[in-house]
Amino acid sequence: MSTLSLTSAFSLLLKRDLVLAYRRRSELINPMLFFVLVTAMFPLGIGNDPKLIEAVGPGVVWVAALLASLLSLDSMFRSDFEDGSLEQFMLSAHPVSILVLAKILAHWLVTGLPLFIVAPLLAVLLNIPASAIPTLMLTLILGTPVLSLIGSVGVALTVGLRRGGVILSLLVLPLYVPVLIFGTDAVKTAIIGIPTTAQISILGAMLVGSLVLAPMATAASLRISLS
Amino acid sequence: MIIRFFHQMGSPRYFYNVAGKLVPWFMVSFLITLVFGLYYGLFVAPPDYQQGESYRIMYIHVPSAWMSMFIYVVMAVSGLISLVWRIKMTEIVVISSAAVGASFTFLALATGSLWGKPMWGTWWVWDARLTSELILLFLYLGIIALHSAIEDKRVAARAVSILALVGVVNIPIIHYSVEWWNTLHQPASVTKFDKPSMDISMLIPLLTMAISFKLYYGAVVLMRARAEIVERERNSRWVQEMVEQEAK
Repeated sequence: MSTLSLTSAFSLLLKRDLVLAYRRRSELINPMLFFVLVTAMFPLGIGNDPKLIEAVGPGVVWVAALLASLLSLDSMFRSDFEDGSLEQFMLSAHPVSILVLAKILAHWLVTGLPLFIVAPLLAVLLNIPASAIPTLMLTLILGTPVLSLIGSVGVALTVGLRRGGVILSLLVLPLYVPVLIFGTDAVKTAIIGIPTTAQISILGAMLVGSLVLAPMATAASLRISLS
Repeated sequence: MIIRFFHQMGSPRYFYNVAGKLVPWFMVSFLITLVFGLYYGLFVAPPDYQQGESYRIMYIHVPSAWMSMFIYVVMAVSGLISLVWRIKMTEIVVISSAAVGASFTFLALATGSLWGKPMWGTWWVWDARLTSELILLFLYLGIIALHSAIEDKRVAARAVSILALVGVVNIPIIHYSVEWWNTLHQPASVTKFDKPSMDISMLIPLLTMAISFKLYYGAVVLMRARAEIVERERNSRWVQEMVEQEAK
């Protein structure tokens, strides 16, 4: 039996998930479309006063990003769970947490990164000044992986359930609070023109922390869900 | 001897019997401390020089808030124990605690808003503590929802244990980020219910109530655990014998 090194197992799994996602291109667009749509609903709801829109803009973008990420979470392990390949990962010789990390990374590249790409467009729609757009993008690229990582624990716990969707939001949204607070706050601070090093550093710390801890919790949860 | 103790407590039947003997003790001491604490707090303790009589809701509010955090920590610790050593009884403690913890959190929020109406003029303020408490309530509700959604109760217990552990890692982060958010959005002077050196006549009923609530939690958790044990072990011989004897 040929043995596969951990790095090649990781990259194979990543490549496999990306190919699978590429084959279903319409699903690639959906989170992005949802993100734009939710953001577009807010001005319709609160009125077209430019000052008001500017004031709520950063919060709206971040809440929409939270919801878009939540909506796409369910697909993270779903198909692998249904066709049994998830059980094969559990049986492999490699640590499950690393394999899980590959899946989370693939999922983020497919659903989190598009949010980052359309963010400047939304910033223009919501009157966020151009000077704050780099900060918005920086917070999104640091924050959305945290959402995927934290979310993966919730998905792993609910993957075996028939109606896991509603429970998933109940499990995951409270844990998203810190990311929402610091993401929004950084953008608001950047609009005023004050340095945002503190918020960015904290977001970075959250990313590193969840990168280390979340895959282990996800692997443990998957073992329980599959037992 | 310690190992023997844990071994025995790990056995559902032994736990069931010991818990059954403990419940009345917890209940009686809960009622005694409750009556003493409420009487002392509502009639004996002097009114506050600023808040008048309405501060007295603190004797329910503060112990409830303490309990809401205490129970979550108990759940996380017993969750860790049940994940590492697979002890059935700690799994049952995790699950039996969730609903009690959620009720205390709700009680803390409800009494807080009742107190807020005369003091702040509104039922709800997005104050750091209130917001953290609200998120804590959501964490409890998530645990309860996850547990009721998974049919196999042993799997459910382990899933809930992981969730409690993830939550306990996150609670400090959530709390401090909410505090950060709060200081930026609101003048801090309005809402600080700070506790300067409290007078001893107010401290005695407060601590009595805190002990009383802990005793209540002990009693309820043991009662719920006994019910859970009987439900889980309904196919075992000792439960069936017990039920037959009750029927006679």
